[in-house]
Amino acid sequence: MNQKKKKNSRRKFFRYFVTGGLGALTGKGFSEVLNQTENTDEKKIAALLPDGKLVKISQSEADHAHHQPVSKKESRKGIPGKRFVLIVDLARCRNARKCIEGCEKHHHLTPDRPFIKVLKMQDNPRSSPYWMPKKCFQCDNPPCVKVCPVGATYKRTDNIVLIDNERCIGCRFCMAACPYSARVFNWGEPRDPENYDQPYSPETSVPSRIGTVEKCDFCPDLLREKKLPPCITDCPNGVLYFGDANDDTVTNGTETVRLSNLLREKAAYRYMEELGTEPNVYYLPPVDRLFPFKDENEESDT
Amino acid sequence: MSDIITQIEKIELPNKSLKNVEDDLLRHIPIQGQKFRWWMIFLFIILLIGIYAYYRQLRYGLIVTAMRDYTSWGIYISNFVFYVALSLVGSLVSSILRLSKAKWATPLNRISEIVAVAAIICASIIIIVDMGRPDRFMYLFLYARIQSPIVWDVIIIATYLVISFLLLYIPLLPDIALCRDRLKNIPRWQQKFYKIISLNWQHKPEQFKSIKKLSGILMIMVIPVAFAIHTITSWLFATTWRPGWDSTNLGPYFVSGAFMLGCAGIIVAMYFIQKYLQLEEYITDKHFDNMGKLLVLLSLVYLYFNINEYLGPSFKMVGVEGEHITELFTGSYAPMYWFVQIIGLILPIVILIFRPMRTPFPMLIISLLVIIGAWLKRFLIVIPSLQHPYLPIQDVDESYMHYIPTWEEWAINSANVAGVLLIITILIKLFPVIPVWEIADEKGLKKI
Repeated sequence: MNQKKKKNSRRKFFRYFVTGGLGALTGKGFSEVLNQTENTDEKKIAALLPDGKLVKISQSEADHAHHQPVSKKESRKGIPGKRFVLIVDLARCRNARKCIEGCEKHHHLTPDRPFIKVLKMQDNPRSSPYWMPKKCFQCDNPPCVKVCPVGATYKRTDNIVLIDNERCIGCRFCMAACPYSARVFNWGEPRDPENYDQPYSPETSVPSRIGTVEKCDFCPDLLREKKLPPCITDCPNGVLYFGDANDDTVTNGTETVRLSNLLREKAAYRYMEELGTEPNVYYLPPVDRLFPFKDENEESDT
Repeated sequence: MSDIITQIEKIELPNKSLKNVEDDLLRHIPIQGQKFRWWMIFLFIILLIGIYAYYRQLRYGLIVTAMRDYTSWGIYISNFVFYVALSLVGSLVSSILRLSKAKWATPLNRISEIVAVAAIICASIIIIVDMGRPDRFMYLFLYARIQSPIVWDVIIIATYLVISFLLLYIPLLPDIALCRDRLKNIPRWQQKFYKIISLNWQHKPEQFKSIKKLSGILMIMVIPVAFAIHTITSWLFATTWRPGWDSTNLGPYFVSGAFMLGCAGIIVAMYFIQKYLQLEEYITDKHFDNMGKLLVLLSLVYLYFNINEYLGPSFKMVGVEGEHITELFTGSYAPMYWFVQIIGLILPIVILIFRPMRTPFPMLIISLLVIIGAWLKRFLIVIPSLQHPYLPIQDVDESYMHYIPTWEEWAINSANVAGVLLIITILIKLFPVIPVWEIADEKGLKKI
């Protein structure tokens, strides 16, 4: 426990260290500010702090810094040149729920507060029901950001709406304001919050904190490493396409397509366009379905 | 309001000398009554239970409440809205009635300010109780973002608290000095206390002149602030898309409801003051009669805004808005909804039209029903709306579908109510509840 604390404080120091406007650290960028100097029992190297001071640290600590999430300040800006979008092909979803599982694993969530829900929808009594995966819509005009009294939730240049759970005061106004019920709250102590082997960053959303709000964050920590969020890669049916609107490409992990073509040809829509929230999640209508609609729950009931 | 407000008639005071009036109004202060002691013990016990419940909430988190992801606001927020509403009484009586030269209301000035200050203090407390991270309360000032209606609410509540406090304290100065000069058979701390807070008041004409001027300014200032405080509280809801909240009617609807509640609150306070402080000569049946008429008028205004609030949506019955209305009118919230509308709103109008009903005891009962109705109304405004989001509630535990407050929530809310009553009781016990110098001035007993 004591050792762990010590480790944590060192990590804190490193977070500070990495915050020095270095941005996303690559191995190369990092080596430029490090000069190897002396050899003791552990290799020591000099590191440049943001305020210009040089300090000595061990090599292993420096290696660890490579994997540190970006700083709070940096996490408010967004990944430069990107505008992330998500497309949900309703014709392909059969409620396999692998996206939910992948998300739970990545964010260390308990099943009672999922970031993704798969809802059973039916537009009118005569049309067939369909499954609608729903997560945060990362709106361009986000109601949650507007109402937040302390700036704990914010909009970034890469379309992502993030939450800083070290700023959140737990007023839950954002939950009342979100028309899509995208947000969940840590009503009690989250599952063993001390067990995560990384310091908190708004980009990872872990560890969760009691009394604060959370939601789907498009996994910006993975995006920085040029990886897809687990909900995309874990989906067995390629329902979810993720990509960058600036590149005009989206991928579901197996196929990569032109975003503009997909939206145009499949008559994409955004849920409740009339609210003016300008979501960055598009839905492709549930036509020419891959699977017939089947509600497992209903079947077991009868 | 024309009938009541233009009724400039003074309520005749008994033929008494200045000394008699002073004696009457200071009489209750040195008495150590048994009833008073038991009442205080009772309030303290409720307060302690609430503090224990809050300790549990701090320790385990908001999980001890029945609030969950859909019903994310509960009776804490209802109570907050209720108290903000109650606090408007201060501006109603001590400002609107006074500026309208309704001199009969002078004996009610102080009690209405006391209720206002107590309510606004407890509203601030309950809103902090509702926070998931009360330890970060200071962030509201450190990182305040001015476009958030919560920040507007923080600003306006602080402003209203200051003005209400001054409106209570400044006209109280001569009476504190009176306590300091006249009351000798009281504990030493109390004598010292009066001495300090009387700010060396000497009953000089220029002192009276300046407090009259100051309270005149405050009386005018408090009106827009009072309207703003409850309108902004309504915007906490109206700035969202929730059914029942997404309405341009919400501001005046809240304000009119608040005035009605405040009026009922004063009637209850009047009843107990008249009964327990033996001030029948100062708070007369005529006061009850006038307040009864005022309550009818304010209820009619509120009824109008109620019809305005519900008619449109219930005529159109659009989507979730329609489901919300159905739930209120005929669904699981129907018994509460119709109790509020019929017993808490229409019945007082019908009953209080009859003069024999505008007497202390019937009015006490009616006012208590109005207050209960008003609290339940805040419940109905906050909770059912949250339970009707645009996207269906699926895939969640059964407990997410309903909201039945836990004992912790009830205990904390009861402690909050006890807090209001405690502040009111202590202030009444320490000071003359009817402004002595204003009565003396009006009666011409004292040249000021």
